[in-house]
Amino acid sequence: MPTMTMLQALNSALAEKLANDPDVLIFGQDVGYFGGVFRVTDGLQSRFGLERCFDAPISEGGIVAAAIGMAAYGLRPVPEIQFADYILPAFDQLVSEAARLRYRSAGEFWAPLTVRSPYGGGIFGGQTHSQSPEAIFAHITGLKTVIPSTPFDAKGLLISAIEDDDPVIFLEPKRLYNGPFDGRHDRPVPTWQGNPAAEVPEGLYRIPLGTAARVREGEAATVLAYGTMVHVARAAIEESGIDAELIDLRSIVPLDIDTIVASVKKTGRCVILHEASRFGGFGGELSALVQERCFYHLEAPIERVCGWDTPYPHAFEWDYFPGPDRLIKALRRVMRND
Amino acid sequence: MSILSNSEALRLHIPNPVARPGEIPSFSHLRFSDAGEIAKPSIDADESGLRHLPYGLIRILDDQNAAVGPWNPYLDSEALIAGLTAMMRTRAFDDRLFRAHRQGKTSFYMKCTGEEAIAVAQSMVLGADDMCFPTYRMLGWLMARGYPLDKLINQIFSNAADPLRGRQLPILYSARDYGFYSLSGNVGSRFGHAVGWAMASAYRRGKAIALGMIGEGTTAEGDFHEALTFAAVYRAPVILCVTNNQWAISSFSGIAGAETTTFAAKALAYGIPGLRVDGNDFLAVWAATAWAAERARHNCGPTLIELFTYRADGHSTSDDPTRYRPVEEASLWPLGDPVDRLTQHLYATGAWDAEKHDALSDAIEVEVRAAIKTGEAVGTLGVSKPPVSEMFEGVFKEPDWRVIEQRRELGI
Ligand SMILES: Cc1ncc(C[n+]2csc(CCOP(=O)(O)OP(=O)(O)O)c2C)c(N)n1
Ligand SMILES: [Mg+2]
Repeated sequence: MPTMTMLQALNSALAEKLANDPDVLIFGQDVGYFGGVFRVTDGLQSRFGLERCFDAPISEGGIVAAAIGMAAYGLRPVPEIQFADYILPAFDQLVSEAARLRYRSAGEFWAPLTVRSPYGGGIFGGQTHSQSPEAIFAHITGLKTVIPSTPFDAKGLLISAIEDDDPVIFLEPKRLYNGPFDGRHDRPVPTWQGNPAAEVPEGLYRIPLGTAARVREGEAATVLAYGTMVHVARAAIEESGIDAELIDLRSIVPLDIDTIVASVKKTGRCVILHEASRFGGFGGELSALVQERCFYHLEAPIERVCGWDTPYPHAFEWDYFPGPDRLIKALRRVMRND
Repeated sequence: MSILSNSEALRLHIPNPVARPGEIPSFSHLRFSDAGEIAKPSIDADESGLRHLPYGLIRILDDQNAAVGPWNPYLDSEALIAGLTAMMRTRAFDDRLFRAHRQGKTSFYMKCTGEEAIAVAQSMVLGADDMCFPTYRMLGWLMARGYPLDKLINQIFSNAADPLRGRQLPILYSARDYGFYSLSGNVGSRFGHAVGWAMASAYRRGKAIALGMIGEGTTAEGDFHEALTFAAVYRAPVILCVTNNQWAISSFSGIAGAETTTFAAKALAYGIPGLRVDGNDFLAVWAATAWAAERARHNCGPTLIELFTYRADGHSTSDDPTRYRPVEEASLWPLGDPVDRLTQHLYATGAWDAEKHDALSDAIEVEVRAAIKTGEAVGTLGVSKPPVSEMFEGVFKEPDWRVIEQRRELGI
């Protein structure tokens, strides 16, 4: 089976869908001839033609509005927003239009678009190339939000997202495009080469949205993570020597609540890890759900390890980034509390 | 046959540039006026009589390097030499700092090579109290006003002496005392701030005006159109400029609508004057800015200016332009290089010669290198940074409990 980076796996998913469904088309800033600033759409225009993968004006609101119109007509557009930080000019289109079209028209119209966008930090991108905006989408009923952490998942989830009949925000952890970064920025960074999760089959395959993955089985505590933080969590758990179970949510809406609850009921402890700022972050929702459903099984307060409540600061990248050391401390805290 | 029936299937038009890598660049689709050809209206001329201007090109420097025509601002050699000096300093600084990025001293850099005349002329024309709402390609504004080079370098290195305290990406400066509004990585969003700032100046019965800048690619954002609407409705004392450098990363200007009209012509629908100006002609940028500034200062309202130029280098240190455009395009650009053209003009006036030019060039090299040494002595990215507590400062005027607790958790 071929080994692919996450970039190649995403490119492969897009190519499979372009080949398999004439209603799929891709547009966004610099995605056409150039193949995207991160090269996710590399070669797609020359393979599939100008009308299947083309450049868009610098107007995120316009990109999403046009995609909604196309989707309402019956196409399956897969627009790219160059950085998740730049989704905000399209926010009204996503919230007031894409998310509600089916509901308000009583099913006469719907919008099966998939908005792909690189998100997250770890690349010294400063305040506007580093953010993790997943919580603001999770809060909007009617939007699905998917975040892969491996090449294999990226391809299977993207295919499912494109085939889904509802609008999907597909956030790609840009720090994982070329390797499974575990937050140890001062050590050599591994590539995807030789990683079992980078064995990506040719052809179409699907990972259903709303199914979490149990990445590591354990008895002592449950760690909930997604995207880049899955790799940070894995490294932290190994280093801590604590037998924690690691759940990769893979999509936060729909959320695989059963897998989460089963794990926390088993371990009795829960640590939530995300890169976005803590206050109002998705960890707050996860914490509330776990508390509501697992209260009598909990042996310790639920912990959240997150980015600080500041913008993403350029020089302080590694002071801001919730790396393995902070997770190890949190794991020790929940273990001590018995 | 009904006139409503389609005689053929509909087609989707996707714009494509004239030449891609390996192909011969062509500029035959571009229409330029001659130097001196465009008449200069009075500042209070009725807009309805100015609607041809967006389709011409205001140029002053002719092919013999002479300054000609009604827009000629008749600058003395002192002003010309000051302009040339700031442009050369901008270029030398860009080249050195681009190399510093390649040597791993910082994370990111953007040059404005080929566009130096724009920010330098605008900075010299506008006053100390006026406010520029810049794009990231306006280093020349600061150079023309004598902003200290080592302070720029400290910001670029995010080191302990960084005036923006390590919080902002390199080159996204903020320099209030130099009339330079805070930059951000998201494009377009400050265009409307220029209008609001100008409206505030009018509300206070002040004298200062504002200058808003945007790239041609970014005119697609709603921010551009919203700002024009507000500027026109309230007749704000603002100059709104589009820097048309032909490229937006890998997208040619046709993706922003240039296949069918000019960016200056967007002014027509808002009922304000639109000028189209040779952005590589220092004198033309000067004259057009001065005309628009006079209009603003005399309560004649806003002006939209398209500055026609060419992005002679990559978009940023993350870019490789050879992947999407012919390499020769920059050197073949029919409107030349702004530094060369101003130098040749100064030669032609007799106020300047090759000896003086080389001496200035050497002096600037020495100055830039010394500033880099000073910055390196404080430290480059990752080697030196402001105290980590700076990460938590300035979120609000007064920190709230979250920030206080989180600082404590980090032990700082
Ligand atoms: C809101 C937003 N969308 C997208 C980007 C990514 N981006 C950065 S610069 C750029 C191109 C801008 O082109 P143009 O406006 O022509 O300015 P130029 O770079 O040519 O000076 C793009 C798309 C961004 N920074 N902000
Ligand atoms: Mg441009």
